[in-house]
Amino acid sequence: MEMTTPKDLTEALTAIDQDPDAVLLAGGTDVMIGVNFGETWPSHVVGLRRLAELTAWEGNRIGAGVTYRRLEKGPFAALAELSRTVGSPQIRNAGTIGGNLGTASPAGDALPFLAAVDAEVELASLNGRRTLPWHEFLVGVKRNAREPNELIVATILPEAMPPRQAFAKVGIRNAMVISTVSACLTRREDGTTTIALGSVAPTTIRARKAEAMISSEKSPTEAAIAEFGRLVSEEIKPISDHRSTAAYRRHAAGVLAKRLLERCL
Amino acid sequence: MTVPTTPDTQTAPASAEQRVNAGIGRSVLRPDGIPKVKGNFAYVSDLQAEGMLHGATARSPFAHARLVSIDLTPALAMNGVKAVIVQDDVPGTAMYGLEHRDQPVLCDGTARYWGEPVAVVAAEDPETAKHAAAAIVMEWEELDTLDDPEEADAIDSVFRRVKVRRGDQDAHGEVVIEGYYEVGTQDQAPLGPEAGLALPDGEGGVDLYGTSQWVHADHEQIVAALGLQPDQIRCHPAGIGGAFGAREDMNLHIHCCLLALVTGRPVKMVYDRAESFAGHVHRHPARMWYRHEANRDGTLVRVQAKLLLDGGAYMSTTGAVIGNATYFAVGPYKVDSVAIDGVGAKTNNPPCGAMRGFGAVQSCFGHETQMDRLAAELAMDPMVLRRLNALQQGDPMSTTGQIITDSLPTVDVMDALVAMPLPDDTDSDNPLHLPGGTGLTTSRSHVRRGVGYGVSIKNIAFSEGFDDYAEARVVLTSVGAEVHTAAIEVGQGLVTVCAQIARSALGLEHVAVVFDDTSSIGSAGSTSASRQTQLTGNAVLEAARRVREMALERIGGDDLTDAGVWRNGELIMSLDALYDAGPIEFTARYRHPATFEADENGQGTLHAGFAIAAHRAVVEVDPELGLIRVVRIDTAQDVGRVLNPQSVIGQIEGGILQGVGLAYMEELVIQKGKILNASFTDYLLPTFLDAPDVEAILIEEPGEWGPFGAKGVGEPPTISSTPAVAAAIRDAVGKPLNRVPILPEHIVGV
Ligand SMILES: Cc1cc2nc3c(=O)[nH]c(=O)nc-3n(C[C@H](O)[C@H](O)[C@H](O)COP(=O)(O)OP(=O)(O)OC[C@H]3O[C@@H](n4cnc5c(N)ncnc54)[C@H](O)[C@@H]3O)c2cc1C
Repeated sequence: MEMTTPKDLTEALTAIDQDPDAVLLAGGTDVMIGVNFGETWPSHVVGLRRLAELTAWEGNRIGAGVTYRRLEKGPFAALAELSRTVGSPQIRNAGTIGGNLGTASPAGDALPFLAAVDAEVELASLNGRRTLPWHEFLVGVKRNAREPNELIVATILPEAMPPRQAFAKVGIRNAMVISTVSACLTRREDGTTTIALGSVAPTTIRARKAEAMISSEKSPTEAAIAEFGRLVSEEIKPISDHRSTAAYRRHAAGVLAKRLLERCL
Repeated sequence: MTVPTTPDTQTAPASAEQRVNAGIGRSVLRPDGIPKVKGNFAYVSDLQAEGMLHGATARSPFAHARLVSIDLTPALAMNGVKAVIVQDDVPGTAMYGLEHRDQPVLCDGTARYWGEPVAVVAAEDPETAKHAAAAIVMEWEELDTLDDPEEADAIDSVFRRVKVRRGDQDAHGEVVIEGYYEVGTQDQAPLGPEAGLALPDGEGGVDLYGTSQWVHADHEQIVAALGLQPDQIRCHPAGIGGAFGAREDMNLHIHCCLLALVTGRPVKMVYDRAESFAGHVHRHPARMWYRHEANRDGTLVRVQAKLLLDGGAYMSTTGAVIGNATYFAVGPYKVDSVAIDGVGAKTNNPPCGAMRGFGAVQSCFGHETQMDRLAAELAMDPMVLRRLNALQQGDPMSTTGQIITDSLPTVDVMDALVAMPLPDDTDSDNPLHLPGGTGLTTSRSHVRRGVGYGVSIKNIAFSEGFDDYAEARVVLTSVGAEVHTAAIEVGQGLVTVCAQIARSALGLEHVAVVFDDTSSIGSAGSTSASRQTQLTGNAVLEAARRVREMALERIGGDDLTDAGVWRNGELIMSLDALYDAGPIEFTARYRHPATFEADENGQGTLHAGFAIAAHRAVVEVDPELGLIRVVRIDTAQDVGRVLNPQSVIGQIEGGILQGVGLAYMEELVIQKGKILNASFTDYLLPTFLDAPDVEAILIEEPGEWGPFGAKGVGEPPTISSTPAVAAAIRDAVGKPLNRVPILPEHIVGV
């Protein structure tokens, strides 16, 4: 196995331009699971930890190499909340938001936040840079729109962040658990509401019908809140697997939607 | 923690015993504690030998399939591969198994469970070995998978049927409670993976350092499987990172030895986490049908049950497990009319065997749920009903009729538990301490609290006529004494308690425990069945007493200390000089009171000792999401006599956590014989945020034969904690919930 540890972005981009099969390693908390399970046998690993541009975090531009440990203490409430739910302290010290995007798992906990605030993903290659909205970046179960010669450099949050935002995640265990259902909800003064959910469809999804319905309610009644929950349950496409059943996920998504909305009113 | 200090005249401490600082009754620290915390302790998986090869295993991808052909050439052709072995290469009987040698060392042409080892490889490094194992080409023809234990029962595919009939079979009570219960497949999930290092001795023999709970049982099976002479294999106790029953059966041991013999080089094998889940036996999943009849005053009249435990593809200890489940099916209660049928089914599911609680866990969930439902039907307090029917010393066991001569403080245990104060209703509003924890799914207004009880009885040591003994040797040295044993320290603290017992009996402070291999000392028996403190403890006690006597007799002394031998308050000979004058040592073999096989109605003196535990769980549930937090578990436990308070509390807290895990999260998800969650990502164990506060009261009523009256304490905490948590959840949400683990979808009802 070959290991490259580039010191700056150009070196890194050159390395992956020459070897598109190289495995990119940030915190390694997903990559190493693949290695341990014998799913990946990387022949060439490019380590990203030394790249200053990736670990930079300025205002609404969060470098791909920013760890959950830092996000936990950051200014964005829902992002801090979700970061606290990721793994154990060891995992949060190593795992990065860029790694969560790279893996693009439907259960990735940072993704509902990025979807709910309509974040963008910035990619760089030797040919230049491009920026994709989150829903063009996340294209399927563990699939994203990154080209092999590209690096995820940062995620960019909108200038005007919703003042109210909340995250919740259902898992059987009270810490260090992969989500059964997760959701992030934001709400603005004018009532505009977004909700994104994880582990209930092939990719993180927004429940747009439910959003439209509740956004028009300035001060939602109990009935409106219940209807919002019902619509969210309806819009998702959960499956049954070894972690839970489709019926439970549908039910729990509706409950989370109602409770998150109440938290943000 | 409360440790009542009842002065005990029968076993009044000798003067020597009172004098030593690190003797019995004290929270003496474990010698391996600091090295373990610092990462300096050598577990088997840390062992190295010069020039060692690494082994890897190719496994069956099917639960039941015929191996049509196997092509090893791609593996053999790889650079660095030194050997590939299949069943035909195994020289001896090529079979092994704890109760019955029914398992081939490697697949014998038919794979009977998913993950069954088919071939093993030795190579220069672990990666090459793994690649080589993956490169072996296996052609399979899938066969019908028998994965339903009820179907197995119907076609008589069973390892053992156990029948109990006691008393008037036509007796009837005024109230009848019938119920069906299920227990999912729990895994021991020890953190240390299966590992072994085999060193060839150059003369056709091997030294094995492997994960184990009983090296002499491993030794016997390895010798037979490989067709060797007993003195050609030496099994060494080694560093074990948790066992809980998972190390009673061998897995990679014979593979390691054979690869070492074939290659002439040391061979090391370590399972990765996914392999570990496939590579060791699990707790038997159970289906149980119960019928209790009682009179309106609460007196039990008749208990009937059918218990169906799935043993999986090979027998392991299924015979003894279904025996235990059946004989403890009524719980610690008196009833004169009993009919229990136990079945250990043989299927193509993953093999099941020993796990902490060993059969009693499954039936306890059944009988305790029945007792709660009976109490509800009679509008009685659940603990009042239990106390009314409590089984006590001198009573016949409701199932076997055995008169209980061991201490059995059932009522004291129950009363102590009920008297413990309940925690305040308003626990903190810290969201991390609500159901859902870090997931921030709830607020206090969505949460309901419930309280539930469980009481259990379990046998200590091996039963049903097994010749159960332990050997230990105490050797006087120039500076103190050594205790020699082949008993396995798995993390439970045997190493500490053996030294404490020896110190108290010898009157010496300086005592070290030395773990000997199978060629140097006789068997200590298994580190299981809560038996080592009682069995090996007694052997150490006897050997130490004799050594002290021998030392005093040699020169007519009247006291022994670390300084030497004394007479009338004067030191007459130093230990050093005593040692130079010739060795003093004694090897003791302790056998517990004999047990016997049951008659055709399951009657007889089957068990050597008993222990009682009771638990009260306080849980908080978010009924709308079905999420749970166990706030607190209070417990009272019959411990005989406390030899090391900290170790006892450690067993209680850890055992309870394992019981809590079974109540609402720990389960192997198995589909068509295949484990779908063979990882710590998806096989969920409680974290610190899931761990309840534990308060324990230790009831010290000396047992019949344990050293200083001590009883084994390892298993009872795990048994009734599960039904207590389940009862508390039912109390909170008002649903029947007849299966553990109780999952969110069961509570929500979708
Ligand atoms: C015990 C444990 C618990 C976990 N718990 C959670 C949890 O609760 N919630 C959750 O969401 N996840 C969890 N995870 C998964 C993992 O921690 C997260 O997905 C994390 O965000 C991955 O980040 P990383 O830096 O470790 O990524 P890595 O493992 O280094 O990389 C992940 C993927 O992204 C690619 N990648 C990384 N950085 C870049 C980049 N800059 N440009 C392009 N591609 C890149 C890699 O090539 C790889 O494909 C857990 C993992 C473990 C081991």
